[in-house]
Amino acid sequence: MPQQPDLAASPPLSPQGRGEHGAPVLRLQNITKRFGSLTANNAISLDLAAGEIVALLGENGAGKTTLMNILFGHYVADEGSVEVFGKPLPPGDPRAALDAGVGMVHQHFTLAENMTVLENIALGTQPMWRARFDRVAARTRIRSLSSDFGLAVDPDAVVAALTVGERQRVEILKALYRNARILILDEPTAVLTPAESEALFKTLKLLVAQGLSVIFISHKMAEVMGVSDRVMVLRAGRVVGERRTSETTRAELAALMVGEEIAPPQIRDVPYGGQVLVLDGVSTAGRSSGASLDNASLTLKSGEIFGLAGVSGNGQAALSGLISGTETLRSGTIHLFGDEHRAWTTREALQLGIGRIPEDRHATGTIGDMSVAENLILESYRSPRFSRQGFLRRDAIKEFAREIIADYDVKCPSPDARVRLLSGGNMQKLILGRALDPKPKLIVANQPTRGLDVGAVAYVHRRLVEARDHGAAVLLISEDLEEILTLSDRVAVIFKGRISPSSKRGERSVRELGELMAGHGLEAAA
Amino acid sequence: MTEALEILFTASFWVAAIRIASPLIFATMGELICERAGVLNLGIEGIMTVGAFAGWFTVYSGGDLWTGVLVAALSGAAFGLLHGTLTVPLGLSQHVVGIGITLLATSLTYFTYRLALPEVTSPPKIEPFQPLPIPGLSKIPILGEALFSQTPLTYLAFLTVAIVAWVLYRTPLGLAVRAAGENPTAVEAQGISVSGIRIGAVMAGSALMAVGGAFLTMSAFNSFFFEMINGRGWICIALVVFGSWRPGKALLGAILFAAFDAYQVRLQQLTGGIVPYQIFLMMPYLLSILALVLVARRATYPKALMIPYQKGER
Repeated sequence: MPQQPDLAASPPLSPQGRGEHGAPVLRLQNITKRFGSLTANNAISLDLAAGEIVALLGENGAGKTTLMNILFGHYVADEGSVEVFGKPLPPGDPRAALDAGVGMVHQHFTLAENMTVLENIALGTQPMWRARFDRVAARTRIRSLSSDFGLAVDPDAVVAALTVGERQRVEILKALYRNARILILDEPTAVLTPAESEALFKTLKLLVAQGLSVIFISHKMAEVMGVSDRVMVLRAGRVVGERRTSETTRAELAALMVGEEIAPPQIRDVPYGGQVLVLDGVSTAGRSSGASLDNASLTLKSGEIFGLAGVSGNGQAALSGLISGTETLRSGTIHLFGDEHRAWTTREALQLGIGRIPEDRHATGTIGDMSVAENLILESYRSPRFSRQGFLRRDAIKEFAREIIADYDVKCPSPDARVRLLSGGNMQKLILGRALDPKPKLIVANQPTRGLDVGAVAYVHRRLVEARDHGAAVLLISEDLEEILTLSDRVAVIFKGRISPSSKRGERSVRELGELMAGHGLEAAA
Repeated sequence: MTEALEILFTASFWVAAIRIASPLIFATMGELICERAGVLNLGIEGIMTVGAFAGWFTVYSGGDLWTGVLVAALSGAAFGLLHGTLTVPLGLSQHVVGIGITLLATSLTYFTYRLALPEVTSPPKIEPFQPLPIPGLSKIPILGEALFSQTPLTYLAFLTVAIVAWVLYRTPLGLAVRAAGENPTAVEAQGISVSGIRIGAVMAGSALMAVGGAFLTMSAFNSFFFEMINGRGWICIALVVFGSWRPGKALLGAILFAAFDAYQVRLQQLTGGIVPYQIFLMMPYLLSILALVLVARRATYPKALMIPYQKGER
């Protein structure tokens, strides 16, 4: 076990000038990394100057995170070299990266939840064989870093009890505690509220003002334009462009990132059809996470997209669970295609023609360690097309998988590839293919575009509109009000398990919907 | 009926309970360290067998008692190194490796025993650790006799609990161990080797398990015989869960189980053959299951337990 310097004893960061602007503090040269047949990084080079914020922009799967994991020593590059402050960094050694002054805030936080903030930050910073862990010095140093950089967090709180925003502050503090001079943030705003993002940007400005350098990984254009000095655009593992932020436009970056023009979804008016699903005074038993449905009513007609807005945890999970058969009814009535039902099992839901796009692609949408082909038949493996007398028909399954992969543009090495290796967007396309291919008459799409990049979002939207145009009833549940307003024919709001009366798109202003989402006036309306 | 209750107030009952608890305490602490670092060590039963034999055989061949304890600990650590190498850097299934280690260690021990003592029919005895009453404290009625007139190895068992608790909660090393069992990426991201921490924890834990086994031959039965561990290792795995992965609670669990065990022996004598003795033998295990059901349902286990950590995988 190597001995660590005792960081608790060293003074907080001293402000430094930005004099060395220009001399690179970090230099990546010709980095190439392959995962099996996938080339995640292809000869990427990058220079970073002191006091500079460089944004690494690209769609999911473009190779941004892989590149940073190589820099930080989580992965070993197949080719290329990394230099920090003019010295080569040995590959595959996070400790060397930390010691050289590189700190990383991962997209999925690397915190031990059963331990306190202080323990997480000071982990590995004190000599390992010391008989006593020095909490007092660590606490003092964390407090002073917190106040210097506006990173408010209680050092003695247990991480499990913190909000996502607080956890991210802990991650940044971890890096600063180790005197990081180069900070890498991987999709830092993906999990933050707008207010938290603002606070983060303020912190970043403070950091670069003190001479630190920041690499900011993102696929959100507005942030990149707002916060960075320079932008590098990655696509399919290559650098496809590099611009000074002041000399470029959102449109130019978007085109570089996606490599093609993105057409907005074509929405044409389709006459509403008959009633597909009618919920009347429905309450649920509360098996799903978040609020149960509480006397909720809803009418869904064929040929419409019904947008249900609301802050997450207000009964969306119960509603989508009820329709896809995992949640049970406590009171109220459900009519599907005019027939009254008490409830249906998940299998019956599929037989009744309900397609589901679940909220969490990883947890309930796919099985990561199974192949693309296997995931595609999860809902239909019993059909005679895919199984006969208890045996799977492998050729038919593979043929089907190839069809879906082609039709839905799922980028994967082969139908046998493990789903875990796909990017979020491709995973979602797989789920879309599986749900939409049987031509369902009712589609529940719960947060269908969460965490996807621009190109994939546009694709999902186009497919949902297409399904509607073919007469399906689409229930679009989303926290993204902009998405709801772009796609929906009718809009309602869910709050604490109740659903507001619906209105046609454009009838209610964004402000009115926002107030409903915050719970104002819904009690009276319901 | 009153006689059955009176047992609980005799010193000899509590002395026996603490003695029975001692090997469980060592092995439970050992398992707890492994699991806190994220590795389930099912080699425990076999490693205890190794320790029981190694300690006993050292003394039998002329070594002194403490040398025996040290040899037991080192042989345990060696099997720990094997377990750790297979499960941590190679990422093999912890279940399979653990059971494999148990089978290997047990058979290897019996084989060595037969090679070393081919002619022996009845197991030879050694001069074991003798009770070492602590002056003053051992005169306290019942409690004093139970706790302070034991052998040095029992005192070491209690000391071990204190040391394990201190290291886990008060030192930088313990912090790294707990973090490795909760979220190894957090350890890796702070520049500490997850493999180093986990292998180290498995070795230290296995050493303690072996000392637990050695207690049986060096402080209880005075000789080595086959099947002597008799499921104690498996009980320790349950005790770790019972103790919610906390040393203090696990200690209580070990004492509780040992008390059940001591009690059933005495109840057997009391009923004098009316009730089949197997019923009594079952009792500690039944009560353990009941206690587990009541206590362990709420237990928050180390989140990365049994999940191999492979660097650079996605």
